[in-house]
Amino acid sequence: MPKVKVDGVEIEVPNGATVLQACELVGKEIPRFCYHERLSIAGNCRMCLVEVKPGPPKPQASCALPAADNQEIRTDSEMVKKAREGVMEFLLINHPLDCPICDQGGECDLQDQSVAYGRGGSRYHENKRAVTDKYMGPLIKTQMTRCIHCTRCVRFSEEVAGVDEIGALYRGEQMQITTYLEHAAKHELSANVIDLCPVGALTSRPYAFEARPWELKKTLGIDVSDATGANIRIDARGREVMRVLPRINDDVNEEWISDKARYQVDGLTKRRLDRPWIRRDGKLQPATWAEAFAAVGSLNPGNSIAAIAGDMVDCETMFAAKTLLGALGSSQLEGRQTGMDYATDSMAAVNFNSTFNGIETADVILIVGSMVRWEAPLVNVRIRKAVKRGAKVFLIGAEWETTFGGEFLGTDRSLLGALPQHVTDAFGVAKRPAMIVGGAGLGGGGLGAALALSSSLNLVRDLDDGTQWNGFNVLHMAASRMGGLMLGFAQKGGLADIVNAKPKVVLSLGADEVDYTKLADSMIVYIGHHGDKGAHAADVILPAAAYTEKSGTYVNTEGRVQFADKAVFAPGDAREDWTILRALADAFGVSVGFDSFEELRSAMIAAVPALGIEGLADYGSALPSGGGSASGAIAAYPIQDFYMTNPIARASAVMQRCSAELLHGEDMAEAAE
Amino acid sequence: MSLADKDRIFTNVYGYQPWNLSAAQARGDWDNTKDLIARGRDAIIQEMKDSGLRGRGGAGFPTGMKWSFMPKEPPKDAAGNPKPSFLVINADESEPGSCKDREIIRHDPHKLIEGALVAGFAMGARAAYIYIRGEYIREAETLFAAVQEAYDAGLLGKNAAGSGYDYDVFVHRGAGAYICGEETAMIESLEGKKGQPRLKPPFPAGAGLYGCPTTVNNVESIAVAPTILRRGASWFSSFGAENNRGTKLFQISGHVNKPCVVEEAMSIPFSELIEKHCGGIRGGKDNLLAVIPGGSSVPLVPAEQIWDAPMDFDGLKAVGSGLGTAAVIVMDKSTDIVRAISRLSYFYKHESCGQCTPCREGTGWMWRVMERLRTGEAHVEEIDMLQQVTKQVEGHTICALGDAAAWPIQGLIKHFRPEIERRIEERLGSLQEAAE
Repeated sequence: MPKVKVDGVEIEVPNGATVLQACELVGKEIPRFCYHERLSIAGNCRMCLVEVKPGPPKPQASCALPAADNQEIRTDSEMVKKAREGVMEFLLINHPLDCPICDQGGECDLQDQSVAYGRGGSRYHENKRAVTDKYMGPLIKTQMTRCIHCTRCVRFSEEVAGVDEIGALYRGEQMQITTYLEHAAKHELSANVIDLCPVGALTSRPYAFEARPWELKKTLGIDVSDATGANIRIDARGREVMRVLPRINDDVNEEWISDKARYQVDGLTKRRLDRPWIRRDGKLQPATWAEAFAAVGSLNPGNSIAAIAGDMVDCETMFAAKTLLGALGSSQLEGRQTGMDYATDSMAAVNFNSTFNGIETADVILIVGSMVRWEAPLVNVRIRKAVKRGAKVFLIGAEWETTFGGEFLGTDRSLLGALPQHVTDAFGVAKRPAMIVGGAGLGGGGLGAALALSSSLNLVRDLDDGTQWNGFNVLHMAASRMGGLMLGFAQKGGLADIVNAKPKVVLSLGADEVDYTKLADSMIVYIGHHGDKGAHAADVILPAAAYTEKSGTYVNTEGRVQFADKAVFAPGDAREDWTILRALADAFGVSVGFDSFEELRSAMIAAVPALGIEGLADYGSALPSGGGSASGAIAAYPIQDFYMTNPIARASAVMQRCSAELLHGEDMAEAAE
Repeated sequence: MSLADKDRIFTNVYGYQPWNLSAAQARGDWDNTKDLIARGRDAIIQEMKDSGLRGRGGAGFPTGMKWSFMPKEPPKDAAGNPKPSFLVINADESEPGSCKDREIIRHDPHKLIEGALVAGFAMGARAAYIYIRGEYIREAETLFAAVQEAYDAGLLGKNAAGSGYDYDVFVHRGAGAYICGEETAMIESLEGKKGQPRLKPPFPAGAGLYGCPTTVNNVESIAVAPTILRRGASWFSSFGAENNRGTKLFQISGHVNKPCVVEEAMSIPFSELIEKHCGGIRGGKDNLLAVIPGGSSVPLVPAEQIWDAPMDFDGLKAVGSGLGTAAVIVMDKSTDIVRAISRLSYFYKHESCGQCTPCREGTGWMWRVMERLRTGEAHVEEIDMLQQVTKQVEGHTICALGDAAAWPIQGLIKHFRPEIERRIEERLGSLQEAAE
């Protein structure tokens, strides 16, 4: 632990810390552009210069200089002030003065730092450089004249995303940042470069000229576009969600979010259900809430009622539905809309036990039936980190383009019972072996076989450092899945049990992936927010709130309980889901025992205490022994189109454009010919 | 007293004899190289240290010491396998004024190749990469052929020169970027990346080419090594002043009667170098205006200060300049000195890699101001501003290109400020006249 002195204050810093980190520990602000905690050190902006003794009599880049014993660091000397002013002046000479029309305005590092560290004016009277605009796809708007060449975007795509898409062309003043041949940036995390860009060179295309940061109300939320539960900040103006940004949570999303999480929000204003509808004479017709409740109440289902939870609902909604059905005497609850029927007796057997942080440290990983890039882009980032640390990855399933190499062993699930010799050898010497079972791997008896394999590979073990390692992981795709399973939204036979029971009424809680033709004999009451598949099949539509429009509890695929706040009000006559279910109790003439959201939440916590504590739920580490043989080829993955996985994304013009251009662009170009 | 023919290392620098292996062997190259290697790593490095050879690429870092930085025990990679070490030979001779490596490569390539083997052995390297400037097309052809000759004769490859040491030499052609002459940019370029200097530390001796220990040496430093070992450190250190030992290829260009590349003892006075080898200054001694003594990146020295200065690292430092690569650019009084320096500024603007801010933005700014100073379209205050801008670039960058761009301008302002002011006033005067 080296001891250094920063501006006269002595401090002990951790081994391997840089001078910049040492300064921050003392509370000194060091201006920077190229340095970013999660990227490699480039040291090229030269803004973080400080004076260091002993050393050459010139300022040193603190981001790249290791802190060493007895260093005397000055951040307030004349030399440092001059150096910062100089670098700032250089950065600004070719930077356009277009702040009034730049979307970065108000949250621009260059603006802030030029005020804090720059000279009052410029001495540069020559012509400024201009750069031809570059195309980076439907999400990233470029204005490369503003670029200060910090190369954060280049390092992000290379190091984090694992796609060599962005790079620098030419040299000196002529240096330009661009994508390869100006093709669109195509990976699932591409828009994170917008957050990384310290200036207005890369800004958000869908959000262009929409709002200024100081106009926005910021609400802390949880993303529901996949099961990773990325922490987001919802920026809203008035009743409209303007944009979604990532929040820092090292345990979950670090500081990235997927493009879908970021850009599906324009779908929140389109195809919305903003009033109740009732099917009369085979046609959906507008109705009032009173008519709708009366219509549902008159169905009088008794205990012949089922509830199917959609992929994006919160735990409170599911618990309210469970309570309502319980009051009616039914327990027909299911959340696995596509008919999956894996056993859910043990929560540990369907959980991502290693945690996202843990999977980074795994040394051998077997991925069974998961196209991680699309099913959980943020987990993909973690696996890439593990590989960079030397982990070996094997995959079972149809081949897809990984960003971390890995060896595809084949597509047949039966491989779970007969791994090739070199794979078992690799697991044999592994210290932290892990397995990830995805949606496609769970079917066909995959979960049982995977559990059996995990016990034979000894995935749950005590490590040398005394901690316990559980390398068995299930990677879900629905934000509501783990919460639903904790609340009992699972029948033994899956959705088929409900189909076979032929319930009189089916409450569809935003379930848009269900094949409703199998439920043709039931009355379908759709409680959701988008006019998607569920609404089309519904007999009564009760308009509800989307994830930005209600507070809620979500459990991600690790079993991590997280709470989201309400950012805006639901449009039109739409109500929050729990109020609808509460009113339905009155319509059915039963009592559910809660009259407010707080009462509902405490009733839920009383029933499932884990849902009341933010953080990882404890499912124990004991895995069932599993068994049985898996069969069938994993020829395809559940997600056919990354940008179209939920009703909000399907309603979003931005996601539609991404899907068309980034995934089907080649087909379109061919058709045009 | 000047260097006698018997003490010259580069005996074929003018190409009067063929470059090929048999001719080179007749000149003494590859003569029992096995014995040189048999002396062992430490003895070779000690001999180089004793010889006082300082790097010939410009910075003048003691070569023997540089070699000794290479790890004795190779570091291990993540899997526990030892990493190889590499020698990278810098033949990307792009400094305006420099043309010595070119003469070595095209007329005496075997000195370099033998040096590569001996030096590589001394630092425990597995192979040498010779990174040759892209524009040196004929020279690269010669070098490729010479390396092939050496392989065919068993002097390289497995059991190189019968020494029992396995050693390879690869020739890699650059693509025409001055910055790739910077050692870490060269390593990046060799790895197939954009030629941009790396941050130091880590230094190449710790983590260089492909993350392995690497030493980067200039062509001349490597090519003189076998001769030093054969004739002994004391012979080599008998030339030149204290701390500036040995012989050196000087390259004199510009306004002398006979521009040439010549091997001379270090610390030879400028006047002697010019009078003896170059036929004197064009128009006589009094016609000398200024000299850039070490290639474009060192400050110029006015006539009266350079005339008696010894041509070595310390002697030129004393007159506010440097030996650099000993590329002496002589300018007589017909020279438009502001234009000359402005042209150098353009060169640095053109060759800046664009990685770090002060150099990327500053070189363009400095060149634009220089162009205005050249025509006088400026204010007198702008001279001071330019001086400040050079100070804002100097010492604030990752590599030394920023310094190299700043120094010529600083030298100009220091020595020729009256000339710049005269131009500004002259132009102002002509404007006033026109207005009247």
